[in-house]
Amino acid sequence: MAAGVGKTYRMLQEGHAEADAGRDVVIGYLEPHKREETSAQARGLEVVPRRRAAIREVEVEEMDLPGLLARAPELALIDELAHTNPPGLEHGKRFEDIADVLAAGIDVFSTVNVQHLESLNDQVAELTGVRVRETVPDSVLGSADEVVLIDLTPEALIERLRTGKIYPGENVQAALENFFKIENLAALREVSLRQVAEDVESKRLVYTELEPVGTRQEEKVAADAPKAVGERLLALVRPQPSSQRLVRRAWRSAQRLGTDLDLLWVKPPGQQVEGELERQVTALRRLASVLGATFLIAEHDDLVAGVARVVCERGSTYIMVGESKPAKGFARLREPLPQRLMRATPPGVDVRIVAHRAIEREPGR
Amino acid sequence: MIAPALLGLALLVAAGVAGFAFVRPRLRQRLDGGAEPVRRILLPFTGTVISRRALDAALRLARAEDAELMPAYLAQVPMRLPLECPIPNEAGKAMVMLEAIEQRAAAQGVKVDARVERGRSYRHALARLLDSEPVDRVVVPAANSDGGEGLGGEDLLWLLEKAPAEVLILRPAIMHK
Repeated sequence: MAAGVGKTYRMLQEGHAEADAGRDVVIGYLEPHKREETSAQARGLEVVPRRRAAIREVEVEEMDLPGLLARAPELALIDELAHTNPPGLEHGKRFEDIADVLAAGIDVFSTVNVQHLESLNDQVAELTGVRVRETVPDSVLGSADEVVLIDLTPEALIERLRTGKIYPGENVQAALENFFKIENLAALREVSLRQVAEDVESKRLVYTELEPVGTRQEEKVAADAPKAVGERLLALVRPQPSSQRLVRRAWRSAQRLGTDLDLLWVKPPGQQVEGELERQVTALRRLASVLGATFLIAEHDDLVAGVARVVCERGSTYIMVGESKPAKGFARLREPLPQRLMRATPPGVDVRIVAHRAIEREPGR
Repeated sequence: MIAPALLGLALLVAAGVAGFAFVRPRLRQRLDGGAEPVRRILLPFTGTVISRRALDAALRLARAEDAELMPAYLAQVPMRLPLECPIPNEAGKAMVMLEAIEQRAAAQGVKVDARVERGRSYRHALARLLDSEPVDRVVVPAANSDGGEGLGGEDLLWLLEKAPAEVLILRPAIMHK
């Protein structure tokens, strides 16, 4: 999730557990960040000595890949998956070193913060205003047998920071004023939780055998394909037949992106759902159930505000709306719905307009 | 003096034409014997092909009667899965078919309100649909005798007996993808 949540600590705990179970475990590389708890947790585990390398005439200590391969343990603990190596070593990135270690038949436990994932880098930068330069391809995480999320509430993490458990005292205030803000940490936490949930889901689908009807064959194909991690579609619908085309388009887009679909109807407060309206609501609900989408009804007197609230709650990244009827009279002076939606929703949320079939047929349009 | 009179006459004629166009469908319904107007025509189908004869017949009827067409994809859900579970594979087929039907209907100016219904069998899916949706007429293509997908003879007999609507069964024809 973020620095200081306890990733390295947990990795070392797992290493001890494996060692206690009789496996040959070594620390391939550890970055304790001068944290006492982490250093204490590392005690009792064999450490492969680091080697020295130079960056612009400054000597740094790096993981000794040849040394680790020569030691050939059963399991290596290698911190900081996204680390960039100095020039002159075998590989430019640590995850490439780890690929060599895995190829040698050595299991690896490693650590990474969610903002280092390539596909999430832009999203996290927009959410937090901080961009990290060291990234890891999503395929690296996707190829892991298991992903463990180290989750901590933003409040608890800030408390850890304040008590000096993450950075030395002189750096705490600067950290609090920059990256370690509640809203940044809450956004990172949400992104992390969704990322791991999607990772679990994609693995579950890959392992599912094909079934003849009502099958998951399509999901398997989708799981095999590169996934646009972190997307979530929201289609704005109204309980009327013309919304079905929008739902079909939205569902196909969701399938292509390999992501979840929410259907949202913003209902005016006090509107009675009965008669034909009730029938159409039921039809939408059943269609959502068939498609595996979620049908949401939000009661709000302002469509845009209602949508914005749901976008924040659901973490939607993509909104699909049907084409509006041409405005008449003073309504022409009003800002179009897509623009209003883009202003009301968080930055980075895309809005797509789906053309109305009847309008499509009109000549000259 | 003559020009305002002509203008008034023209306005009266225009209003008369508009009024006739508005009243005519209702007038025709009344003259037809006072029968209830057909509001919704159900067109159930299965699989990835649909009889063009059935579709064209349903569209013709819908257009003539100013009715809404309800194409309904019937999906079988195996017993090992919950009846209400998502069926993305079947839904994928249904979406393609419904999109194609809607395109044809739109070209003919027919309103469409599509459905996808699940059941343990096609008949079960159709029964669930008829339970939940009021329809005035059912247009159904019979399955080919070569064992193709669709509603078989017994299903059609069941439909004739149970459907709370007029049933129009079309004999099998060449199927179009």
